[in-house]
Amino acid sequence: MRVDGIPASPGYAEGPLFDLDQSPASYKAKASAEEEQAALASAIGKAVGRLAALMETADGDAAGILEFHIAMLEDDALSGPALAAIDSGQPADAAWRAALDSEIAGYEASDQDYFRARAADLRDIRDQVLRALSEESEAAAPPGAILYGEDIAPTRFLETNWSEGGGIALKRGSTASHVAMLARSRGVPMVVGLGVASAPIIGDTLLDAEHGAIIFSPSPAETETFRQSASSFADRLGSARTFLTAPAVTRAGTAVRVQVNIAYPSDVEGIDVETCDGVGLMRTEFLFGKTLPDEETQYHAYRKVLEWAGGKPVTIRTVDAGGDKPVPGFTVEETNAFLGLRGIRLSLARLDIFRVQIRALLRAAIHGNLKVMFPMIATPDEYSQAAALFAQEQAALATQGVAHRLPPLGIMVEVPSVALAPEDFADVAFFSIGSNDLTQYVMAAARDNAAVAHLNSVRHPAVLRLIEAVAGFGREKGIPVSLCGDAGGDPAAIPALLEAGLRDLSVAPAQLAMAKAAIADVAA
Amino acid sequence: MSAFAEATVLITHAVGLHARPSVKFTKLAKTFAAEVEVAVAANGPWFDAKSIVKVMAAKAPKGTLLHIRAKGDGATQAVKALVDLVQRDFDEDADHARSA
Repeated sequence: MRVDGIPASPGYAEGPLFDLDQSPASYKAKASAEEEQAALASAIGKAVGRLAALMETADGDAAGILEFHIAMLEDDALSGPALAAIDSGQPADAAWRAALDSEIAGYEASDQDYFRARAADLRDIRDQVLRALSEESEAAAPPGAILYGEDIAPTRFLETNWSEGGGIALKRGSTASHVAMLARSRGVPMVVGLGVASAPIIGDTLLDAEHGAIIFSPSPAETETFRQSASSFADRLGSARTFLTAPAVTRAGTAVRVQVNIAYPSDVEGIDVETCDGVGLMRTEFLFGKTLPDEETQYHAYRKVLEWAGGKPVTIRTVDAGGDKPVPGFTVEETNAFLGLRGIRLSLARLDIFRVQIRALLRAAIHGNLKVMFPMIATPDEYSQAAALFAQEQAALATQGVAHRLPPLGIMVEVPSVALAPEDFADVAFFSIGSNDLTQYVMAAARDNAAVAHLNSVRHPAVLRLIEAVAGFGREKGIPVSLCGDAGGDPAAIPALLEAGLRDLSVAPAQLAMAKAAIADVAA
Repeated sequence: MSAFAEATVLITHAVGLHARPSVKFTKLAKTFAAEVEVAVAANGPWFDAKSIVKVMAAKAPKGTLLHIRAKGDGATQAVKALVDLVQRDFDEDADHARSA
């Protein structure tokens, strides 16, 4: 049975289906006492890691409570009775619950109010580990599987091993979601908007993410056709690679800079620096993943990419958390997250976290050609505030005698207020058009909503007109303008972007060859 | 069980050897190689002073005469350092004593 959807990341995958929507796991007993004990130790470690992340942003009293919880969890005396119970045949969750309940009873029996109140802390500690234990039981997809479900969380994508193939097939989802972006950058085939099909979640399945379709229980004929298409796609990808090593030029000889977008410092390991003109966008929100990274972690991450690039420019975007990218301990729950406290708004509201990133960037800047840009800028004041923080931290580092350099500071153009009035931002060092967000805000079509995916097109005349205006303003004032959204790597959108005046695109590494091939095909 | 360094100290902190002071107390105890134990009565039971779970379980409120003993490397210094910490009210100010 063939079901059609929308291609979100081109490619082909053939493999078993893996159901993403299976009900949340409860703890599953393991085969041996050793495995039970390992599961408990790992769950305690996970709980400690989460608390440590929370502590980074907690103040006085809250930090004191968290520190107490961590100290209790790290004390072998707490897990000892549970480990002993596992030895005598209990599963980890029951053993932990019983051990903690006995501790809790001890506190509840105290005649001191203060100590009686600690029973609540012990219950909290107990439940944090039980939660971590049941998460451990979430089944991992087998290698090469096609992940199928309503939608997929970015963490699930990141935790999956894609080295042996596989793909993603979503009933809802969107081509502009964060996972779609990651899938394109890693070359993982993905189809969205398949709708609700009551498919049997068994057997081998074919995913055609070039045309946007999934074939359940394929016939031998369907399988053969599919394999031919897959092989032809691989051939085309191969021939596009011949464009990879040369600078991108149109048929008329117009040079176009093509940089890459990366999310992790390790992303550069698979890219030959000679095939691109630098890093047009290094996202930093993934460094923030589940815990907030300290200054050293960030410094080394930025330095790694700068050193990889040699003298080529590396544009690092300050943390763009919020929207569809929550970070525990940092972002806030909002009903309308795309219009809420995200990007630079969140950074300016959480200076303790922002200043750490600024110091790491200033220190890393001496290791290459760094540029820094701010996401979600809507007003000149936000840019001024952010730039002033860079100046303050620079002065502090100078006082301490720490080596550093102030990089050029630019902004993302993704809020329509900037695209409509770029003249208010004449003092920024550069503009980088974030076409995903610009499009969703201009078209009022959430990028993670398949129901409005048809509206979410960078090629709508209103979006192109704004891009053209920003490119024109930049040319007039001598301010560099680039584009780092997904449109930059979309062969179908590239002619329109060049027509709008752009000469600088930043694309997912997996799209580098196709983008250069598409540029070579543009007449102008 | 010979060669114990021993001392007693009165807990004067408002709510006793509670959560945050216990964190400080056990962290300090762990900086010594010596075996360190605490008790709320001279004849025990004795609790491992490096285990916050055990120290909290001693449930020592304000006014408790805390017994500390240690043996092994740095035993004397360990007892002295821990007594000092209790006498300094765990370096906590009055503000913190109300909460946590």
